[in-house]
Amino acid sequence: MADLTAASGTPVQDIRDSYLAMVQRRRLYNGVLLAVFVVLMVSGFYVADARNAGGFWDGWHQILDFPAGVVSEAWEKRANLPALLVHYLPSLLETFNIAAVSTLIGCIAGLFLSLAATRGLAKWPLLIPVFRRLSDVLRAIPEIVIALVLIFMMGGGPVPAMIAIAIHTAGAMGKLYSEVNENVDLKPLEGLSSVGANWSQRMLLAVIPQVAPNYLSYALLRLEINIRASAILGFVGAGGIGYELRNSMSWGQGKFDEAAAIFILLFATIVLVDQVSSHFRNRLIGTGGH
Amino acid sequence: MAETALFSREDMKADASRLFFRKRLLAFGVPGLILVYLTYVFFAFDVPGLADRMRLDNAATLVSDAVSYKTHVTRDNRSGEVTVAKEGERKGAYPEGETPEWVTIDGDRTFITLPDGHAAEFGPDNTAVYIHPEFGRIEASVSRAGGVQVSIAETDLPDWVSYSSSRLDIRTEAGRLTVTRNRTEVFRYFWGWELFWFTLDSPYHDHGPLEIAFGPQLDPERTNLEGAWEDFWNNSMWRHKDVVWALGETILMAFLGTMGAALIALPLAFLAAKNFAPLMIVRQAVRRVFDFVRGVDALIFTILLSRAFGPGPLTGALAILITDSGSFGKLFSEALENVDKKQIEGVASTGAKPLQRYRFGVVPQIAPILLSQVLYFLESNTRSATIIGAITGGGIGLLITQAINTQKDWEEVSYYIVLVILMVIAMDWISGKIRARLIHGAS
Repeated sequence: MADLTAASGTPVQDIRDSYLAMVQRRRLYNGVLLAVFVVLMVSGFYVADARNAGGFWDGWHQILDFPAGVVSEAWEKRANLPALLVHYLPSLLETFNIAAVSTLIGCIAGLFLSLAATRGLAKWPLLIPVFRRLSDVLRAIPEIVIALVLIFMMGGGPVPAMIAIAIHTAGAMGKLYSEVNENVDLKPLEGLSSVGANWSQRMLLAVIPQVAPNYLSYALLRLEINIRASAILGFVGAGGIGYELRNSMSWGQGKFDEAAAIFILLFATIVLVDQVSSHFRNRLIGTGGH
Repeated sequence: MAETALFSREDMKADASRLFFRKRLLAFGVPGLILVYLTYVFFAFDVPGLADRMRLDNAATLVSDAVSYKTHVTRDNRSGEVTVAKEGERKGAYPEGETPEWVTIDGDRTFITLPDGHAAEFGPDNTAVYIHPEFGRIEASVSRAGGVQVSIAETDLPDWVSYSSSRLDIRTEAGRLTVTRNRTEVFRYFWGWELFWFTLDSPYHDHGPLEIAFGPQLDPERTNLEGAWEDFWNNSMWRHKDVVWALGETILMAFLGTMGAALIALPLAFLAAKNFAPLMIVRQAVRRVFDFVRGVDALIFTILLSRAFGPGPLTGALAILITDSGSFGKLFSEALENVDKKQIEGVASTGAKPLQRYRFGVVPQIAPILLSQVLYFLESNTRSATIIGAITGGGIGLLITQAINTQKDWEEVSYYIVLVILMVIAMDWISGKIRARLIHGAS
């Protein structure tokens, strides 16, 4: 007993020392990382400030000037507001339709992409990396670029915006869906192939029923994102409420009541879709998941 | 016994057929509804009218310009001066007295060799000849009084020639000759992107990488590598320096916006979490602020901020910062509400003060989750920053919209698109790597 305590005196001391050294090294690393982060943030801010047309310090007190102008003008003409809200409903509907159709098409395309890119489900297992890279590339192209190029070829209107958003959605869904597919229980698949089902029957009857709730939940989330994207694309000439917003937002045209009406419509739509989709997603997934 | 069994069997049958009916209704009803909706949108978007609005010539220009370029050989019909320039731009002009090997200038005659046996020639007194291997010679002359005249009767001209007294335009797959009163011009098409590495005024143009690296010194004043880098970096046609700066600006926008949003959202998230903010009013107020900020679109913030700060990366960064602080606030407060109480109690039982309780009881639990969310947003914001840059005028988004608006620099547009894709994929890859390490380290 005496030996034991005498012998263990040094190891405990060693462990203690090495633990403290480790903690100190860790703190040093964290400190260095934090310092690098702070330096990056501060210098990044100054670089961005220097390359901006107007500086931060000159501009920050003007942030509220424009909203204040819009609000006061809209308040003066508040009698017009209900009529304007009705007037812009069709362009809001167009923005919503762009988002809904591109979500629909994108999700269907993403479904096929994801099935083709998941190990164990793919019809052509050798092409899995190809389909994965394809969905990476589709996901990486900003919608605005495709939309602008398509507007050059097709003229303005909702179709270029729809195609642009659908392409990005297909890529994004291809990735999310294939993550869902990876957790699929393979037993129903084996059962179906043992009775001679072909690939599309196996997918339709064994995979889709398992993944449908998750797919739908992601699709609803995507719809919300796509409404914002569709409004932005309208701003560069693809039609819908974004286009109207750009027209009404120029200074000194006395159209700020229109801008306010569009703003209210857009805000209400986004909040409404957000609430409705999170309600349905909670029901689909059961937990508060996203 | 037999009767009840029969009864329950029929009952089950009825149940089953009701179930089947419902499934069948769903199986046909949902695709049917989708079809009805798509049909409605088909007409609402005026897809049938698209064929009329579609401009196939634009599409053809875009595709051919994205993968090929043309070199112009131009004669000013007033001064008689002949210039050779890639894409007809001053930046791509051959220096005085130098021509590519397919153009020979001999006094007032210029011989231009085109592929597949085609050729063209500028002669004295503002004449020009196009030589087609099958059709033969088409001669044209320009005079102040008579305009453009052709050697062949107008009715005998083939359909690849369009002619009026003010303009002759010969288009073949080998090249193109246009003659107007003011100028005579031949285009020859080449594959690839012109002058991507060096412009024509650089001594390193037309030299391979090995030759530049190991060959004799091409410029007496600079070493080869230094000079080549300088000329590449300052290439006035492709502006590599500006492009790299623009990519940097875009990543900077995403970085500043995402990190700034996370820094602002973190303390606010404590106020919005049920288990950290006992006051219901405070909690509700903070949550409504988050909802409001999320509901106002990034587009609106971008417009508002560009009024105050003008176009540039700072405006984009702040727009991302404001929008994402709402999203982060919501996500972070949800993560905080799922924190395990036992660890905090454990730390508290050692006599830790509130700040220490947060540092050692809460932060280790939520840090990996928050960091992985921040990294995920950083990646998706790189793409958003491109879009916001296109609206506010900063970063690579601005370069892309500028190039698209010229409607002729499609090779630059495709170059920028490739760069954006590579940038987003790189950010995706880096953030995925770090996230995998974080999750691995946490478990």
